[in-house]
Amino acid sequence: MYESSDLRKGLKIVIDGDPYIVTDFQFSKPGKGQALYRCKLKNMVTGYTMDRTYRSGEKFEPANLDEAHMQYLYKDSDGYHFMDTRTYNQVRVTEDHVGDAKNFLSENMEVDVLFFQDTPIDISLPIFVELRVAKAAPGVRGDTATGATKPVTLDTGYELQVPLFIEEGEVLKIDTRTGQYVERAKK
Amino acid sequence: MVPVPNTPRGRRLLARANIAAALRDVLRNQGFLEVDTPLMIQAPAPEPSIEAFAVPQGRGAADLFLIPSPELNLKRLLSRGFRKIFQMGPVFRKGERGRYHLPEFRMLEWYRSDAGYEELMADCEILLGQAARACGLDGSTLLFEGREIDIRPPFQRMTVDEAFRSFAGWTPGPSPDLSRFNEDMATKVEPNLPKNRPVFLMDYPAACASLARLKDGHSEVAERVELYVAGIELANGFSELTDRAEQEERFRRDGLRRLELGLAPYPPPEAFLASLQDLPPCAGMALGVDRLVMLMTDATSIDEVVPFVPEAIPADARTTPGADCA
Repeated sequence: MYESSDLRKGLKIVIDGDPYIVTDFQFSKPGKGQALYRCKLKNMVTGYTMDRTYRSGEKFEPANLDEAHMQYLYKDSDGYHFMDTRTYNQVRVTEDHVGDAKNFLSENMEVDVLFFQDTPIDISLPIFVELRVAKAAPGVRGDTATGATKPVTLDTGYELQVPLFIEEGEVLKIDTRTGQYVERAKK
Repeated sequence: MVPVPNTPRGRRLLARANIAAALRDVLRNQGFLEVDTPLMIQAPAPEPSIEAFAVPQGRGAADLFLIPSPELNLKRLLSRGFRKIFQMGPVFRKGERGRYHLPEFRMLEWYRSDAGYEELMADCEILLGQAARACGLDGSTLLFEGREIDIRPPFQRMTVDEAFRSFAGWTPGPSPDLSRFNEDMATKVEPNLPKNRPVFLMDYPAACASLARLKDGHSEVAERVELYVAGIELANGFSELTDRAEQEERFRRDGLRRLELGLAPYPPPEAFLASLQDLPPCAGMALGVDRLVMLMTDATSIDEVVPFVPEAIPADARTTPGADCA
């Protein structure tokens, strides 16, 4: 069981039989009083959101989701398609359930798809992925000693800040936990 | 000119240093002595909601504790004839982490002899103005979270009773249910405090007095004041309790409450209690320097105003495009 002090953004708990994810979290301690944990929670199946305030010492049931190791195939108007690498079973995950992971998916990438009962409701990405730069303006000449950065867009449409020497077509290693550039991918 | 990286974090750390220097200057110019009382003490005040980190000493010796506040030792100095003192440095509170909380943060705590909480409020008005000027602001307006905040004195004042009647719909009296008081403070009162001006929330119920003395002739309230800016708790101050018997009784009740909550007992703060007989009438305030820097530099999180945070990757680290890489 989780306790109140475990609450943080991204934690998955069961409330009234449904899996919820903490989407926003505020730790509050008014005037040296008891700690309060104020959460925005999203129902991972229905998408319904709600606010709850918890006190210290409360307990929460972890949302145990079934995991299947799958490969990303493609995206169409119905959603994102994945295939179980053992059974060749295919599933379709809606864009809403894919969430931010859509910024980091590339063809044949191996991910874990999380199911609640039989509905795919979330994607768990590898910590590091390699993605190609689709669009980058040339780096501006000038003072690079201060570690200045520029924005580029990846094949997935995701925009991030990278060092000035990065060019279009390069493959970058990205940390999916933070969405940040790590280094150029090793060939 | 102090060189810093040309990044948001670089600029904020420069502002932080300038703010600390300004706070120090304001107090020194008024004849305050800066002191460094120990960061490790034998006996923290037995607060039910503040957990101190224990420092094991080994060899059968009792643990020491990292200070959650320098209050007890600063008051011992006042008892020894030091009339105006301050300490600016780290304090430590276990289990406090969030957008406005770090388990180790920087506190400025100052004490005046022969003064009450009114003088502390005037001090805050000056400290904020000078801190703003030290960051290159004009000292009358702050821009924070998209809003302009007018920081010219005098700041607004509101009693806890007024605030609860207006925003929570009930009056706390001297002994409110503390859970309900606490929750409504966080969910109904603090979010509805004026955001365009700093506000002093004052005259707390006697049950929430902590180390503040009760008001003469109105023992249902304590002379305790909290400064809020943009709904963020910035400083907490008291006209200090100097009556040993009453302080001991409060510590005893708090100690029992700690045991009820399953928290470790602390040794009784004997040296502090003994010093109370020589403590002059005085007032002291504790201000969160990190949060002050957040307000002066329009930071979204306390993580942005410190060089490093305790975690390797903060819990909500998913950044948006254009975020600072430094």
